Amino acid sequence: MTDQSPLLSVKDLHAWYDESHVLHGVNLEVARGETVTILGRNGVGKTSTLRAIMGIMRKRIGDIHFDGQDLMRLPLHHTARTGIGYVPEERGIFATLTVEENLILPPVVSKNGMSVAEIYDLFPNLLERRTSAGTKLSGGEQQMLAMARMLRTGAQMLILDEPTEGLAPVIVQRIGEVLQTLKQRGMTILLVEQNFRFASKIADRFYLMEHGAVTTGFDVADLPDRMDMLHEVLGV
Amino acid sequence: MTMIFGIPLQAFLGQLLVGLINGSFYAMLSLGLAIIFGLLRVINFAHGAQYMMGAFAGFLLLSWLGINYWFALILGPVIVGLSGAVVERFALSRLYKLDHLYGLLFTFGLALVIEGGFRYFYGSSGQPYATPALLSGGVNLGFMYMPIYRGWVVVASLVVCIGTWLLIEKTKLGSYLRAATENPVLVQSFGINVPLLLTLTYALGAGLAALAGILAAPIYQVSPLMGSNLIIVVFAIVVVGGMGSIMGAIVTGYMLGILEGLTKVFYPEASNIVIFVIMAIVLLVRPAGLFGRDA
Repeated sequence: MTDQSPLLSVKDLHAWYDESHVLHGVNLEVARGETVTILGRNGVGKTSTLRAIMGIMRKRIGDIHFDGQDLMRLPLHHTARTGIGYVPEERGIFATLTVEENLILPPVVSKNGMSVAEIYDLFPNLLERRTSAGTKLSGGEQQMLAMARMLRTGAQMLILDEPTEGLAPVIVQRIGEVLQTLKQRGMTILLVEQNFRFASKIADRFYLMEHGAVTTGFDVADLPDRMDMLHEVLGV
Repeated sequence: MTMIFGIPLQAFLGQLLVGLINGSFYAMLSLGLAIIFGLLRVINFAHGAQYMMGAFAGFLLLSWLGINYWFALILGPVIVGLSGAVVERFALSRLYKLDHLYGLLFTFGLALVIEGGFRYFYGSSGQPYATPALLSGGVNLGFMYMPIYRGWVVVASLVVCIGTWLLIEKTKLGSYLRAATENPVLVQSFGINVPLLLTLTYALGAGLAALAGILAAPIYQVSPLMGSNLIIVVFAIVVVGGMGSIMGAIVTGYMLGILEGLTKVFYPEASNIVIFVIMAIVLLVRPAGLFGRDA
């Protein structure tokens, strides 16, 4: 194990939507097995950071290394093969595919993934509804499905964009339990989250973003000392 | 003589069969157009030229190399499909970033170049292509005489349409295609080679057009303009069925073929325009098409 070097490292990342410069030198690192949350108000570049790491945003400069590989040089369809599973904010469940087709759509990238049977054990709702159209599921079930399909691929790291957005408290709690289970299995997780209470229960470390850059980072243990500053910046 | 709605039964059934055969070609061609439009968002104006190239592939394979109909039925679509793959990779794929209009204009120009090239060498008149021995002759159905080859075209077209539908709706490759039709960027971020999928899809569409062309060769003559005569009607059918709907394209193809045939019986003067009248009505009442999802 190369525990010394981070699994994901992002240095001085700039990115653009057409002409608009949205990331101004993002720096962050995620170690193996760690859960890291990016906090920040709407529009500071949290989603753009995730999309630039995946390579969905192509107009980018800087340095992104994952598991020793240079992600800047890879075409979009090679990023996932390095072992990153991306769960987008809009969940991206396909209406013309059944639940099971959605589940088995992403290609398996390593043999460490969960089997379909294991996934149905973890998400019994999906088993019951496996022949329904993907978008006939409730919002919470769609979020579960979007996460579940990445677990099957054997990704080493999950990137989650606001997994609790718009969901009922009981579903948010269930998603928290699932993420805890994944953490215990050694999964590395990078998530963007507006729900600060939810994030504070599962994250090991936080980054705060303002105006397209990471302004500070701190461990969960330092959270009490930082609360006043966070209240001011996030308005939570 | 038996009459139906004041029309001799034989004339009625005869035109029903003609309509069914035309519908078979409409269905195969609009199916390919719908697949290409669904994923590539390109209105493939070269589809008629690819249909014509299929017929010529059959004709040239036979006259140059002595390759018979049955092998041409496989080789022709492969050749035209490969040429489609080359066109997509080196030309069409560079236009996706631009407005959809550029893809339409490019394929329209390509069709003119291809058809012009064939006209230069073969003129505008048709070349005959003999019906394969196994399928020549006819059967007396009691109420009418049916050429075997025409029955074969209807069966073959049904098999092709259902086979393509199964490929798209029931296989893993089909699930990639459907997902990429909805959200190509996300599918590519999952690790699926979407640019390759686009090339394969265009090749599949072109190959389907070529297959229809070879099936048509013994019925119509093989001529450089056979595609452009047909393709405008096929576009009308795709509009009626709904752009991008696979099942819609198939069902509408057969339906309008039959409707056109029956119009020839009841009011022959309208038979050339009936499909366009339907198209105009559908556009007014249901712009997304009979089977289309709202865009």
